[in-house]
Amino acid sequence: MPDLYGEAMRFLTALALTWMTAATGAFATPGQPTDGNLGFQPAVTPIANRIHEFHDLLLWIIIPITLFVMGLLLWVIIRYNRKANPTPSKNSHNTLLEVVWTAVPILILVVIAIPSFPLLYFQDEIPEADFTIKATGYQWYWSYEYPDQEVPEFFSNMVAEEDLQEGQLRNLSVDYPLVVPAGATVRLQVTAADVIHNWAMPAFGTKMDAIPGRINETWFQVEEEGIYYGQCSELCGIRHAFMPIEVHAVSQDAFDAWVEAGPGTDEANAVIAEYSAARETRLAQLD
Amino acid sequence: MSADAATHDDHTPSIWDWRRWVLSTNHKDIGTMYLLFAIFAGIIGGGLSGLMRWELAEPGLQVFNNGFWGNEHNYNVATTMHGLIMIFFMVMPAMIGGFGNWFVPLMIGAPDMAFPRMNNISFWLLPFAFILAVMSMFVPGAGADQGFGGGWVLYPPLSTMGHNGPAMDLLILSLHIAGVSSILGAINFITTIFNMRAPGMTIHKMPLFVWSVLVTVFLLLLSLPVLAGALTMLLTDRNFGTAFFAPEGGGDPVMYQHLFWFFGHPEVYILILPGFGIISHIVSTFSRKPIFGYLGMAYAMVAIGFIGFIVWAHHMYTVGMPVDLKAYFVAATMVIAVPTGIKIFSWIATMWGGSIEFRTPMMWAIGFIFLFTVGGVTGVVLANAGVDQALHDTYYVVAHFHYVLSLGAVFAIFAGWYYWFEKIFGVKYNSLFARLQFLFFFVGANVIFFPQHFLGLQGMPRRYVDYADGHAFWNMVSSWGYVIMLIGMAFFFLVLIDAIVRRRKADANPWGEGATTLEWTLSSPPPFHQFSELPKIK
Ligand code: HEM
Ligand SMILES: [Cu+2]
Ligand SMILES: [Cu+2]
Repeated sequence: MPDLYGEAMRFLTALALTWMTAATGAFATPGQPTDGNLGFQPAVTPIANRIHEFHDLLLWIIIPITLFVMGLLLWVIIRYNRKANPTPSKNSHNTLLEVVWTAVPILILVVIAIPSFPLLYFQDEIPEADFTIKATGYQWYWSYEYPDQEVPEFFSNMVAEEDLQEGQLRNLSVDYPLVVPAGATVRLQVTAADVIHNWAMPAFGTKMDAIPGRINETWFQVEEEGIYYGQCSELCGIRHAFMPIEVHAVSQDAFDAWVEAGPGTDEANAVIAEYSAARETRLAQLD
Repeated sequence: MSADAATHDDHTPSIWDWRRWVLSTNHKDIGTMYLLFAIFAGIIGGGLSGLMRWELAEPGLQVFNNGFWGNEHNYNVATTMHGLIMIFFMVMPAMIGGFGNWFVPLMIGAPDMAFPRMNNISFWLLPFAFILAVMSMFVPGAGADQGFGGGWVLYPPLSTMGHNGPAMDLLILSLHIAGVSSILGAINFITTIFNMRAPGMTIHKMPLFVWSVLVTVFLLLLSLPVLAGALTMLLTDRNFGTAFFAPEGGGDPVMYQHLFWFFGHPEVYILILPGFGIISHIVSTFSRKPIFGYLGMAYAMVAIGFIGFIVWAHHMYTVGMPVDLKAYFVAATMVIAVPTGIKIFSWIATMWGGSIEFRTPMMWAIGFIFLFTVGGVTGVVLANAGVDQALHDTYYVVAHFHYVLSLGAVFAIFAGWYYWFEKIFGVKYNSLFARLQFLFFFVGANVIFFPQHFLGLQGMPRRYVDYADGHAFWNMVSSWGYVIMLIGMAFFFLVLIDAIVRRRKADANPWGEGATTLEWTLSSPPPFHQFSELPKIK
């Protein structure tokens, strides 16, 4: 049995923390889930930003509707219970009311549709891309290829728990991550070699099925340098939960050096590690 | 001859006579068997969800860690079988087989179903389907791992080349049989409702529960054959060298998804529509008012059923469909919110001005309305393909569909259970225990599923046996919610035990003047054969 008191204290602490987070949006590290948080991971691409804006609008619609229905229910419970209202009315029609509760929801849906369709087309229409990456899902790892840089296919496996290095995340970190220059517009082609997988990156607002026999396309443009984690999002077998995606958005120079060093090798990893360390110290000095 | 039949009709066989059940052609006995079957399947389906919540209570592998419960594959099997069992062997048998069989004939003033022997087959196919499904968990599925772990949607290639063992074949067989059972049932209900209404009961005087079953069985009749086709293609792809869904042979895995969801989306309305009917009766009974906007309510269900057939690809926004097609499915899906809204507001309008008595069924019904609203508004969020790109296949979706299924459909089933319990079994129940069950269920279900919205927004994918450490907190809360719900389940069994032990004779109509449908004109339980003289509807 778990220790109840400990659990309860953890619960209360986390609850307090959560509310603070919810109010301020603080404490959220971009690119990964933050324990106890309530909303999206911070957005780092134009698509994710627009998804969040639209979702905020939706919250402004659905929360009031839910509260409205709850309010109506409470009101009838208080006002029309048998004590308060011993003789029921017999009315069972009200044309005006019925027209209103048909028409008003239609209007609300129109309000939702107006931003919804532009967002959909914005996600789908791939702008002029700087280069293309091809991602292939395998049972149970990803591979990446950069045709424009002539980087051949290299494989990206999850780091097992016992091999985790300082700063790596359980179930999220991989041995050879995907690297892109921050600010570059990347066309992503996704496919699979065996069963269906899904290349999903919450901070980018990207999610695309990897289907054998077909190539799906999407795009992203990472606005800020950093490390971002995602996970396979289509059930693909026993190790579905263990084929994560790790993307490093770096400076153009670091990216070029990484390509030079030969992605999928320890040398290339060293380039990125060095770059990350330099960035860390730079950020630390800023504080 | 007729005198002979009359004496025969009077005698009710003993409940200990096996022939009464195995050879039954009586809609009430068959309905009771369906209900007991649903309870049994629900215990197994609920037990599997317990294993999953236990596993997910903390990061790391607790349960499926190569010990007694197996490995990560067995977690996927648990997820898959939980979904399939809850849908095909719990909710559908309870709503359509159980309440439908019991109350459709009673409410339309018919002596029985149109085809009593077919009714017998419909029921008795189910236990065999269920046995096949359970067997599939214990034979090789993927390599040496037992059971099928590809999700209740059975997507190929994971369900074809991804599972080479016989587990998937058993599952296909099981679903085929369950499908035949439902199709026969659907034919029976359609015939009964169209031909056997009492004199004077026009289609526009039919109780809303009968309307809801009518729409539901039409959905079954039109959608199940498509599932059967898809399943058969899976079977031949697996065993006879066809390549319907295999890209290396010119097939297309996405075509399976279109076929599956052409069935699957109507299926989710099949699960909830009879609940709409049940809730309408309960709200009207305990408000002592006729249902508000009867015709609107009936045709809202027809509209939901119709639109339900033209929105299927909203489950497939990330497969790489052309964007204009996605736009169409967004628009069509959002339209469903309109008739759904009509239903919610009409229930509240029925209570408005009423004289509401908060008896046990009414508490479940009010709980249903609120929770269904929550599940409904998150449905509107997900309908927008733009946002769904972030939320698809995350726990947000798990939260959404459990709000409409686990809380919606199940609350409607319990509302119906406590509304008709005395009518069915002829004994009273302890309403304190039943209310406590409601309380624990309401709190527990919300504690389980509300935090899953946060997990989904934070990006936690569904069907994950283990998750990133950043998802730990809300998973722990969710698992504690399961414990709360379990206490509620204990009260459910207490109600049953108490009713069996005390056997207090029930009244014909425990609810008073608000209960106006025909079943309340009969004794509790009704005579073995009712309406030998047809009731006349004014
Ligand atoms: C005690 C209440 C319940 C609990 C705690 C529960 C819990 C769960 C969990 C943990 C999952 C797996 C999610 C994942 O790993 O992605 C799941 C999936 C599912 N549940 Fe439930 N559930 C409950 C009741 C129900 C009911 C009543 C229904 C249906 C009527 C239902 C239908 C489903 C379906 C269809 C799935 C998806 C299966 C799949 O992903 O293939 N659940 N549930
Ligand atoms: Cu996967
Ligand atoms: Cu659907």
